Amino acid sequence: MQPVATTFFFYFLAAVTVLSGVLVITRRNPVHSALALILALLGQAGLYLMLYAPFVAGVQIILYAGGIMVLFLFVIMLVSIEKSQKEEQFNNMWIVGLLAALALGALFIGVYVKGRDLFAGREVALPEQSNTQQIAILLYGNYMFAFEIASLLLLVAIIGAVVMAKKRI
Amino acid sequence: MLDDVTSYLKSDTTPGQAGNFLWAFIYILLIFLGLSVAVIAMNWLERKILAHMQVRLGPMRVGPHGLLQPIADAIKLLIKEDIMPSESDPFVFWTAPLIVVLTAFTVFIVVPFGPTHAVTDMNIGVLFMLGVSSLSVLGVVMAGWASNSHYPLMGALRSSAQMVSYEIAMGLAVISAVLMTSLNQSGTGTLSMIGIVQAQEAQATWFVFKFFPLGLIAFFVFAVAMVAETNRAPFDLPEAESELTAGFHTEYSGFRWSLFFLAEYSAMIAVSSIAVTLWLGGWLHPFPHWLSGETWDLVFSLFPGLTFVFLAGLTFYSVARMPKHPYFRVQTMGLAGFGAVLGLIGLALFAPPVRDRVQDIYWFAAKVAGFMYLYIWYRGTFPRYRFDQLMTVGWKILLPIGLGVLIVTAILGVVL
Amino acid sequence: MVPITTLHYLVVAAALFVLGVIGVLTRRNVVIVLMSIELILNAVNLNLVAFSRLYGLHGQVFAIFVITDAAAEAAVGLGILIAFFRNKETVNVDEVDLLKW
Repeated sequence: MQPVATTFFFYFLAAVTVLSGVLVITRRNPVHSALALILALLGQAGLYLMLYAPFVAGVQIILYAGGIMVLFLFVIMLVSIEKSQKEEQFNNMWIVGLLAALALGALFIGVYVKGRDLFAGREVALPEQSNTQQIAILLYGNYMFAFEIASLLLLVAIIGAVVMAKKRI
Repeated sequence: MLDDVTSYLKSDTTPGQAGNFLWAFIYILLIFLGLSVAVIAMNWLERKILAHMQVRLGPMRVGPHGLLQPIADAIKLLIKEDIMPSESDPFVFWTAPLIVVLTAFTVFIVVPFGPTHAVTDMNIGVLFMLGVSSLSVLGVVMAGWASNSHYPLMGALRSSAQMVSYEIAMGLAVISAVLMTSLNQSGTGTLSMIGIVQAQEAQATWFVFKFFPLGLIAFFVFAVAMVAETNRAPFDLPEAESELTAGFHTEYSGFRWSLFFLAEYSAMIAVSSIAVTLWLGGWLHPFPHWLSGETWDLVFSLFPGLTFVFLAGLTFYSVARMPKHPYFRVQTMGLAGFGAVLGLIGLALFAPPVRDRVQDIYWFAAKVAGFMYLYIWYRGTFPRYRFDQLMTVGWKILLPIGLGVLIVTAILGVVL
Repeated sequence: MVPITTLHYLVVAAALFVLGVIGVLTRRNVVIVLMSIELILNAVNLNLVAFSRLYGLHGQVFAIFVITDAAAEAAVGLGILIAFFRNKETVNVDEVDLLKW
């Protein structure tokens, strides 16, 4: 099936993602930030779908929006933060930070303006119907070792999280 | 326009694949209507079945045998005052029920009611269903937090911990079923919901009986995890009424409360349909390979009509048993009318073109209905778990079992 | 209408990345700093997936690894946050100025 209204959906999803990104870093209340981040993640899942990456989009929804963000919300509710909402939200070096970030953005713009022609018109046709199968073949073939390392990383993370969050070991 | 409508009827793909927007829209509308009717029916059935389990009558006053009770409830909820706590977070408070309902209904676009009866067939079908239904916990957490009150917050905390824990066991069970789809010539499995049922058809067995008892154990893990995922008894700690008043929706009333209600029941139907698709052969009728051939096809295609005629018969039996007092005349007539409608639907389902089209949907719905009965049965019989017991079951029992089943399935798949 | 090319996606990713960096460098609340890190990781993911349109599926596989990494990072980060909150009753990063308390 051919995609419809690509331009509209791209700008819509991009706007959702970027605007929620802005909300994430400006909200005073962390719960609002987390909700905005969830919206950004969902918008990004839509962008993945537009890039013919349905499996990554699915993983994004189930792991990020359904898993990691629930963890965030859980922790935000656990550490009651009513006091911190009344405090100063930005640190005293915020001007330097902002300038550095904007310089980084200017760098990106410069690179993209200069290298604009590199990206045009060389898209390869991706297998839309068997995306999951192709990814599985790569994941368990070429990237087998990386996959095992990732599982070890997760094990370390589990142990680390338990050790740090537990009151008495 | 008319061509659009008629040309699809003979096609053998889902509207989503065919790119037929009109039919996709019609399917969405039908699913929405069907779900709403199912939720209303579940409301009545749950009370009636629970009542009969506890040897009482249940709703009897509004309409014959309380048949109009859900409608009366709906009217009551709609005209109730809509209260918002003054210290709440209005925006989050507003959006929470919407998110819960939206996710509960969105998952149904990939549910395969038949080989062509799905809105669309995605390459990532199961992943999509699990992902979107895992989003509903966000609505629960938001509702609990936005109410700015202690019980809802406790409910939300419990709910998030519970859902994140049981999602893992659920995912492991699902993966072992998905692994089973890859046991074919080419060795590639599938995540698409329709593909999974077709794999069961090709392997001539429901996955619940595959590698007996492995499929059964995976199915058991899923069946426990899905009750926890939908916050139903015995895992209904987020809304445990004896501990937390009503849990995360304590502060909700009227229409917004009814949205939570709607979402809970449609989420139950959604996870049940995942279970039916993965393990119980989706739209396939019982014993698809032993009982095949033209005669059996005819017999099985008569089932939908027979069910409705049987229900009509039950209704007429109740009509005959209604009290003969003139006070009950309107109720008796109403019940008889209801029976007549059921009978007419049953007769319509006997017509050859209809029954061939409807049979798949009937078997799917019948299996899901079985799960719905199980849900009510659990609620009627099991005592509620304590929270640490809940976590123990999730992490120390279901997770190892799920992992073990996954590993053994993979080994058997390679060896056999 | 300009057709949507890879460059469009890269611009969105760059915007997200810059937003994330601003969040990390300016906010005091640890939770929001962690969420900004998630934003940065997501911007990287968007880049990877966008480039996978040009060079085949390897970018998508890498994006999955990045998501795994993000999950591990979030778990450990939030664990540290809880330990920190338990000891100092605050969630502000610039009050983490003692090595031992």
